[in-house]
Amino acid sequence: MNLSYSKEYDDYREELRAFLAANWPLPDSLGDLRERTAEFHRRAAKAGYIFRHIPVKYGGGEQQLDFLQSEIIKEEFRRAGAPREPEVIGINRVIPVLLQWGTEEQKDFFIPRTMSREFLWSQGYSEPNAGSDLAALRTRAELVGDKWIINGQKVWSSNAYKCQYMNALVRTESAPRHLGISYLLIDLQQPGIEIRRIKQITGESEFCEVFFNNAETPADWVVGGRGNGWAVSRTTLRHERSGFRSVNWLDTILRRIVKLARETIRDGTPAIEEPHLRREIARVQARLYAMRYSTYRDLSMEAAGEPSGDYLLTQKLYLTDTIHLVERLTRDLLADDYLLMSPGEGRDGLKGNAKWIYNSFHSLKIAIAGGSSNIQRNVVGERVLGLPRDNAGVGGREASGMDQ
Amino acid sequence: MNFKLSEEQHQLQDAVRRIVSAAGYHERLRAVVDGQLSWDEGSWRDLVEFGVPGIVVSDRFGGIGLTMIELALVAEALGYAGAATPFLGHVLATIAIAEGGSEQQREKWLPMLASGEKIASVALSDQNDGWAPEDWRLAPNGSRISGRKINVPAGQIADIFVVGLAGGQLAVVEALTPTVTAEAMDGIDMTRPLAAVEFSDAETELLENGSAGAARMHDAALVLLAADAFGGASRILDMTRDYSLVREAFGAKLAQFQAYKHQLANLAVEVIPTRGLYWFAAYAFENYVERSSHAACLAKAHSAELFLQTARLGTELLGGIGFTWEYDSQIWLKRAMFDFAWGGRPERLFAKAADLAGW
Repeated sequence: MNLSYSKEYDDYREELRAFLAANWPLPDSLGDLRERTAEFHRRAAKAGYIFRHIPVKYGGGEQQLDFLQSEIIKEEFRRAGAPREPEVIGINRVIPVLLQWGTEEQKDFFIPRTMSREFLWSQGYSEPNAGSDLAALRTRAELVGDKWIINGQKVWSSNAYKCQYMNALVRTESAPRHLGISYLLIDLQQPGIEIRRIKQITGESEFCEVFFNNAETPADWVVGGRGNGWAVSRTTLRHERSGFRSVNWLDTILRRIVKLARETIRDGTPAIEEPHLRREIARVQARLYAMRYSTYRDLSMEAAGEPSGDYLLTQKLYLTDTIHLVERLTRDLLADDYLLMSPGEGRDGLKGNAKWIYNSFHSLKIAIAGGSSNIQRNVVGERVLGLPRDNAGVGGREASGMDQ
Repeated sequence: MNFKLSEEQHQLQDAVRRIVSAAGYHERLRAVVDGQLSWDEGSWRDLVEFGVPGIVVSDRFGGIGLTMIELALVAEALGYAGAATPFLGHVLATIAIAEGGSEQQREKWLPMLASGEKIASVALSDQNDGWAPEDWRLAPNGSRISGRKINVPAGQIADIFVVGLAGGQLAVVEALTPTVTAEAMDGIDMTRPLAAVEFSDAETELLENGSAGAARMHDAALVLLAADAFGGASRILDMTRDYSLVREAFGAKLAQFQAYKHQLANLAVEVIPTRGLYWFAAYAFENYVERSSHAACLAKAHSAELFLQTARLGTELLGGIGFTWEYDSQIWLKRAMFDFAWGGRPERLFAKAADLAGW
């Protein structure tokens, strides 16, 4: 057990600092901000600082999984104000799937353009009658000549209205449930597809409904073979940053609560001086520490090739319970500001305490997205505690998987 | 950089687990709970032989020279097993002397504690809620003390006491009659019996760096109780899970009811991440001394609440059998009550953590 950065990592940090000093910001002569960012990302990938999970031949960094290096990169990029690797579904989800299952043609065509964000992706998994029970999905694709003809409807597809491609699960075989599903890549910008944005409780419209009416996609845009979509969609994502995303987010939230409690004056005194509130914030901090060091343990074991245990399966519910606690603290600090919010395009457009109202809604998104809490409880019950499967007589073995 | 156990640490924890799950162990534990034995001497003898009392003692004084991390791993295993041994008081007294004693004091006392030749304990509280060094009131008269300490673990079998004194100082006192007498208290946790210890003009040896030793000992107590609580909560979880797989109602195993399954999952979700919290507190005790108290307060406060809540909800899930003396879950429910109160109640520790965080 050793949490210190050894000399090897100090050296790594020094090299990274030198790289950043030389490459960010880039001179205006290299184009507008978007072009300069793209050029910086090309250089950073070549040096192994971003796209670390992607092979060099596609323009990636191709590095060994090393979460400490990944933390150092995050810290130093932030210090230098350099643009980080984009956290988009194409890079985090589609590329790992293609790397494991894709044909050479698929990889050559999609991976470099996804990295450059020329191709943006929206995920097409859920349907109106297939959310937690994803294997009930009904959108169909039929092979006619050299094309798949697609009919049906997807929902909760993030940002589909501004994406060019969709990675979708569709029914292609007559086999029941998950056995009949394939993983298809689909061009969203075609006449057979209609996209409607869903207005959310925050006032934003990030999520979309996507309707397929004889939409088409090439026969060879199926990934991992016909009827294999279920396995493909469950590709293990060995992405070194993923474990830290929720920990770092919670860390930021905790710092903001302390700030809010310092700035909130009640009875002439900053709220941070109230004994009850101090204890409650400490409770949140204890849970943050539990998450941070359990994540360190998991990643350390994974890096050593050991099975990393049960924590990852509990993390989402633990985070959900924690943010309910956070929301309870903040609403009390907000007092009458809890009555106020102007609908806008996301948190950035909001002023003052309205940002906290946005966070309040966001905490519910965390509770629901990516497998709602009761699905997570099934997963913990079955995979961690070894309890019998739910619904075993009805839905079959896949009934309570962690789907999205 | 890594935050996982080494092969040696796994082996150490496994060896302790074997000692407290060997043939005859459960019978001795039940005999303690049922009042036929006052403590589990057999397990303590095996732990002593394995070297547990000397884990954090330097090899210069007959110990093995390991760290709080290894000691906390042992505490977790003993918590899981519900061990009825004088471990807690003994290792805290040892740490107090190692951290607060002069070179000569360490030479004098540590070898007999590291070898397990003598059993030691800590006599800290003078009154209710009096765990922190600043709470201690007993003032020495020259080198002698007179007064009463309460909630002393294994006080009736200890040969040596480390006593908390006014001003946050520490002294070592040998349990010699008639100046030192221990009287059993009616403790909630049968596996860790408590005593009230009366000192009547008892001869003491003041530890040279007593206040530094007291602060470290207090942090160590919090870390070890957090580890114990994590182990105990894990045991309750396993016990409730196992019962749900055999107990039937309405023609099905309890575990087949989704409501039951989800409640068990909720317990697991709270218990499992807590390991990281106590590991960090143990690591900070060794490596980030300036952050050690903060991490220790958070770890004990959170883990003790978690253990108690898990034990209470677990008992509720077990149903009527959980309310019987015969069923073992009561052992851990009562250990959870001990871990909650001994060393400082969670609300007070969370408040101290907030102060130490600089908010």
